[in-house]
Amino acid sequence: MRLARGIEAALPPVLALLATAVLFAAFLGLSGTDPRAAYGLIWLGAFGTAFSWQNTLLRAAPLLLTGLCTALPAQLGLVIIGGEGAFVLGALAAAAVGLKLAATGMAPVGIDGAMALAAMAAGGVVIALSGALRHWRGVNETISSLLLAYIAIAVMNQLVEGVLRDPASLNKPSTRALPDALMLGAIPTGSLPISVHVGLLFGLIACLLAYGLIFHTTFGFATRMVGGNLRAARMAGLPVGRLILIVTALGGAAAGLAGMVEVAAVQGAASADIAAGYGFTGILVAFLARQNPLAIIPVAVLLGGIDASGGLLEQRLDLPDATIQVLRGLLFLSLLTVEALQGRLRLAELLRWRRAPAVAQAVNATVSGP
Amino acid sequence: MPAFPSLTRRHLLGGAALAASQGAIGSARAAGKFTVGFIYVGTRNDYGYNQAHAEGAAAVRKMPGVVVVEQERVPETVAVGNAMQGMVQLDGASLLFPTSYGYYDPFVLKAAKADPAVTFLHCGGLWKAGQPLNAHSYFGYIDEAVYLSGVVAAHSSKTRKFGFVAAKPIPQVLRNINAFTLGAQSVQPSITTQVIFTGDWFLPVREAEATNSLADQGCDVITCHVDSPKVVIETAEKRGLFTTGYHTNQMVLAPKGYLTGAEWDWPSLYPRLVRSAMAKQPIPNMLRGGFHSGFVRSSPYNPIVPAAARKQADAIRARFLAGNVAIFKGPIQDNKGSTVIAAGTVLDEHDVTLEQMNYLVAGVAGSVS
Repeated sequence: MRLARGIEAALPPVLALLATAVLFAAFLGLSGTDPRAAYGLIWLGAFGTAFSWQNTLLRAAPLLLTGLCTALPAQLGLVIIGGEGAFVLGALAAAAVGLKLAATGMAPVGIDGAMALAAMAAGGVVIALSGALRHWRGVNETISSLLLAYIAIAVMNQLVEGVLRDPASLNKPSTRALPDALMLGAIPTGSLPISVHVGLLFGLIACLLAYGLIFHTTFGFATRMVGGNLRAARMAGLPVGRLILIVTALGGAAAGLAGMVEVAAVQGAASADIAAGYGFTGILVAFLARQNPLAIIPVAVLLGGIDASGGLLEQRLDLPDATIQVLRGLLFLSLLTVEALQGRLRLAELLRWRRAPAVAQAVNATVSGP
Repeated sequence: MPAFPSLTRRHLLGGAALAASQGAIGSARAAGKFTVGFIYVGTRNDYGYNQAHAEGAAAVRKMPGVVVVEQERVPETVAVGNAMQGMVQLDGASLLFPTSYGYYDPFVLKAAKADPAVTFLHCGGLWKAGQPLNAHSYFGYIDEAVYLSGVVAAHSSKTRKFGFVAAKPIPQVLRNINAFTLGAQSVQPSITTQVIFTGDWFLPVREAEATNSLADQGCDVITCHVDSPKVVIETAEKRGLFTTGYHTNQMVLAPKGYLTGAEWDWPSLYPRLVRSAMAKQPIPNMLRGGFHSGFVRSSPYNPIVPAAARKQADAIRARFLAGNVAIFKGPIQDNKGSTVIAAGTVLDEHDVTLEQMNYLVAGVAGSVS
């Protein structure tokens, strides 16, 4: 039964992937491109070489964390889509704290730790705010988190172009650059020619921790109970408000940490470039992973790979950049369509019927009755 | 349309199946060809910043022995680092044009350090002593061409009010707004420019609103400094206004009102740079130029541009080409009444103080903060 339920849970995404593959092939065929060549290139660009893997993993790293920003609150039944705001504020807080502490001569490891904490706090607060508005004021958390993301981006632009601006950054307003000692290094890979920053490890660990928390602790059980039936959770005496605050804050903290990594491993400073959409792609990742923190890992790698292969499609087949967006759009649409089948396609029950033919016959008899 | 004649499907599928086989990647490279990569931050057909670069790339594509690979809509994130590395490793590019200003620090610097054999030609004019020698950065003094647009438009304007839709109040943009206004005032001193900052490089809706608002305020000449002037130029044409273009030629969008425009002359510059790189001749790390060095040009005049305007603009252009005219010569006052360039001071195009411009000249309505 466990296996059947597992298959049933994995079936929609797999079906969606297959449907996407067929639809995208048709799309390519109609626009005069050989789908086999395109799929060959997607494979080559995403996973075909050591460099492709590096490209894919670098793109997947922030998505692991921004995916959690949607997936964790989803356990409470909340649809949070404001990960971009937590990401941006996390990046901003990390840059501000890092620059401030760098002047004190503190050890770089300590500063990086403080930057990560500041980023998680900033991201956590903004998403928890959506959770609080939902719980105490009845404000739709989807709308409020999205609007808060726009506010966060505006705040970041204001600060980066104002008080935090490096006067030397004339035509691209940015904060001052972090000292090299504060920049996060690459994961040691031995002789493999792959260089991926440690942000990927942060993401992997966060996904594993989130999975453990949600599915193997009483706290996680309580959280899922709130998501499953709010009234029942209240009747059972669960501290619903506190659960909402903590879990939304954890989701925001994950996206905030991704922002810190973007500053401390990639950009080296905060600027308008921080708001590059990782928070929004995280929504797609979470839905594709069916809000399961563990499934976020393969999904983020898959989406990172699709993005990574876009360049080759453009360069070798002269396809426009929008091709990869079509692929992503098809994937999301297929997923939502297949999701609608969920609950109607009861594989577990079908299997049970086969084992208990009498029941099945009884049902059949009822259905085909007079 | 295969970009790589030597690339067959068998190679591709083989490459896919063999995963990390270097041989499969090597076969994707065009044998004996010089591969040049172009990376754009927006779409190649944006009628603006990126299209100007893509037109330069198209000119390079026509050169014998050269293969061009392009990638568009690459954000200023780890994506551009990967795009550059991908072009080098998977396509065998030995010369790259990462064309967005924000690509330079840290991405181009990092890539240049990692790949000393590859030449990077970045658009932005940001190279400093001590940075990798295979990193180069170039930029054009396009304010010269914008000044000429102001001169031409001044002859057509009836209301003597110009409108300028600008992205951000940063030095490069302020310099263009000021040059446009000074050019117009050199013909008709009473001309004023109303500027609206939209806040970012690509905000089509806000750009349309700004253009309509400028039209409602009585401006009859509109220009802009945003990544894609398409919306501004089209909206102004619908409102029956004169326009001058930016980045590239937008005449096709506004055949009635498009007077002229300030364009990057990348189709002239890029083949020259690629030739130097192929011949292994040294390329300066910092390259700046205006009309004189073939970095910028003006769009061809609209037939409605009066002869007097053409004559005056052509005369000034000839002086720019000879390199003996400066736009910013004192006395110049800002729009708050303080003197920003003292009488007798002449700042020629190379002057670094112009790179820090933080004021709008008298006659411009708008604020830098």
